[in-house]
Amino acid sequence: MSTITPLKDRDALSTWAADLKTERASGAPVVIRVSMGTCGIAAKTTPVLEALQSEIRSQQKESQIEIVQTGCMGLCHSEPTIEVYDRQTQQSIFYGNVKPEQAPTLIREESSQAFGVDVLTQNWYRPEETDADVETAQARIVLRNTGRIDPESIADYVGTQGYAALANVVTTMQPDEVTQTMIDAGLRGRGGGGFPTGVKWQFAAKQPAGEKYVICNADEGDPGAFMDRAVLEGDPHAVLEAMAISGFAIGAAQGVVYIRAEYPLAIERLELAIQQARDCGLLGTNILGSGFDFDIELKYGAGAFVCGEETALIHSIEGLRGEPIFKPPFPAVEGLWEKPTIVNNVETLANICAIMRRGAKWFRQIGTEKCPGTKVFALAGKVKRVGLVEVPMGTTLRDIIFGVGQGIANDRAFKAVQTGGPSGGCLKTEDLDTPIDYESLRALGSMMGSGGMIVMDEDDCMVNIAKYFLEFTLDESCGRCTPCRIGNKRLHEMLVKVCSGRADMRTLEKLRQLSDTIKDTSLCGLGQTSPNPVLSTLRQFRREYLDHVMNHKCTAGVCSALVRYDINERCVGCTLCARNCPVSCITGAPKEHHEIDQERCIKCGVCQQACKFHAVDKH
Amino acid sequence: MSTTCCERDTVIDDQPEARQTLDTYLDSLPLTDDSTRNRGFLIQSLHKAQDLFGYLPESVQLLVANKLGIHLSQVYGVISFYSFFSDTPSGEFRINVCTGTACFVKGAGKIVEEFTRLLGIDEGETTGDMRFSLGGLRCVGACSLAPVVMVNERVYGNVTPEMVPEILNDCE
Repeated sequence: MSTITPLKDRDALSTWAADLKTERASGAPVVIRVSMGTCGIAAKTTPVLEALQSEIRSQQKESQIEIVQTGCMGLCHSEPTIEVYDRQTQQSIFYGNVKPEQAPTLIREESSQAFGVDVLTQNWYRPEETDADVETAQARIVLRNTGRIDPESIADYVGTQGYAALANVVTTMQPDEVTQTMIDAGLRGRGGGGFPTGVKWQFAAKQPAGEKYVICNADEGDPGAFMDRAVLEGDPHAVLEAMAISGFAIGAAQGVVYIRAEYPLAIERLELAIQQARDCGLLGTNILGSGFDFDIELKYGAGAFVCGEETALIHSIEGLRGEPIFKPPFPAVEGLWEKPTIVNNVETLANICAIMRRGAKWFRQIGTEKCPGTKVFALAGKVKRVGLVEVPMGTTLRDIIFGVGQGIANDRAFKAVQTGGPSGGCLKTEDLDTPIDYESLRALGSMMGSGGMIVMDEDDCMVNIAKYFLEFTLDESCGRCTPCRIGNKRLHEMLVKVCSGRADMRTLEKLRQLSDTIKDTSLCGLGQTSPNPVLSTLRQFRREYLDHVMNHKCTAGVCSALVRYDINERCVGCTLCARNCPVSCITGAPKEHHEIDQERCIKCGVCQQACKFHAVDKH
Repeated sequence: MSTTCCERDTVIDDQPEARQTLDTYLDSLPLTDDSTRNRGFLIQSLHKAQDLFGYLPESVQLLVANKLGIHLSQVYGVISFYSFFSDTPSGEFRINVCTGTACFVKGAGKIVEEFTRLLGIDEGETTGDMRFSLGGLRCVGACSLAPVVMVNERVYGNVTPEMVPEILNDCE
């Protein structure tokens, strides 16, 4: 990497970018990208990387093959993943489930496919193009660099037009022009709210000049969502550049990234990126000789879901308990340290540089009229290809789950997909062909949320899923307002009753009524949306609730109180079940049929697992 | 006021090296006369302190409170609010089962049950010999590996109940 010196002006940045381009053109003809995000590392990618590096050395191919460590490529279902990219032909092959012992062949054959590694896909996506691979229907704006560049190298970022947008903004544009571009582009907040980003900027920009703040909300607390982590780990400079642009637009000199402590690798890469940007003069005073000052600091969360709410987040940065307060005043008027503040989510920010470089008109061509652009989803659960997916707004759930995700794992049937995390709802088969955006999901009783998408199959009990989300809310409710603190507790108790077969029809009606009350009367977004999983499952999967209440039956076989184990005629009297039963409730002499004492049975299922003759039935 | 309530733990004095590091860290913060603004450094200071001492006993809380010029009750209020902070010591091996949605639908509950059965402790408890603590963990964003178990800093993915004894064996 070239040595870093502060860049004096815009020309110095362009010259550097041009040099990097030349350097790249004369570099190694083959690039091997190794996906080194948190999940890649947890899936043991490091030994693969080391094996590739040492093979290149021993086969003396340093001048032919370059290794780049990148962030997550999004192909999480097949980690460790690598991409072999041929610079001449600009062709890529992605390999999945790579093992260290395959390194020698891989390095010898370079891009050959004939060495027994899973070939995942070829030329999988073309960044910043909407006509991306038809097979996957993906289009990458937010993830344009994630999985392609080395996140620990500012040169790699500058080499892909990085900081060009900031340079253009600070040297040729007026702050109100920048805000207007954002309003024209129609980008809406990707954290879940869907509020127009440009309008938010305009509120803050209109406040009298003085101390103002830009906050990046990187407190990705939705369980099952990991889009922001992937961006921060894979393309941290894109977030920093966008923060500087928004700072210029509203007249702020200070940015804060509020990041959850559960993301150590993202923190490490952000810290490094901030230092590199300062060293290059892209953060700090008088950026590129424009007279614009902007710097960024990191603040860590400490494990509180409610801190994703902007007023709670601001309290947390101020060193207080992360409790939300009533709005207005909105943070754009009175935010951090009571100064005008804009809070933008990571994914929102990751769109901004592309919009500034390519214009509002370009952005509006992608997605739907009301929701231009793309959305990143973290596709997880019972789907074959778990991973990060970026699709234009208006794509259908079917295209995502059965197209990109390739359907349900283990040949099970699709039952539901949960979007919007603990604030969202469940959608069923009938909803699969709805083009998704903020409004359509809300109309179906769910919400966009930050982008977690959990697929469920016939083995999942929807009442139990609703109970799970309420347990999460109970744990995370800050306790400040009564409807959320006590109301959710009562809701949870009723769901426990349903799951244990002690509920009647009145319970279902009470569930609905109390849910509506909590929605109407809670103080912040957490409480106002917490009954959504209950309401949506009640509406969409009413039959399952009725099954629990009327027939005392859990069709999915999840609610243990409603499950019954019986020994059938296949029993040969081997005594294995009786010996394994933790509560010794199985009786029977050797070589004779055994019986389960239903009164004492704790429904742990150990007998069924132990039996070698399929003689234990679960009803 | 009875005197017993003022009997403070001695953790801070028992670990002079950790105390020294924490002192240096706190002194390096760009504190001002404005105690409201200084409070903005509280959460990061507590992260640092918990890294050093493993948990946040009262003596450590008091040191942080005094350096930042805020009241001990405010420090305690923050510690009790955020799930990351703990004022009780944990075991040598902190076993955390991810409680995220992907892990939940892929059977994290069964994993917790197995740990509970083998260790004889419930979630949120520590074994008598201070070897193992069992707890839940907020989503770590490694949903493709669900269900996920973290033991201290080590991540185990695609965990099955059968793997639980192996994971415990690894803790040596």
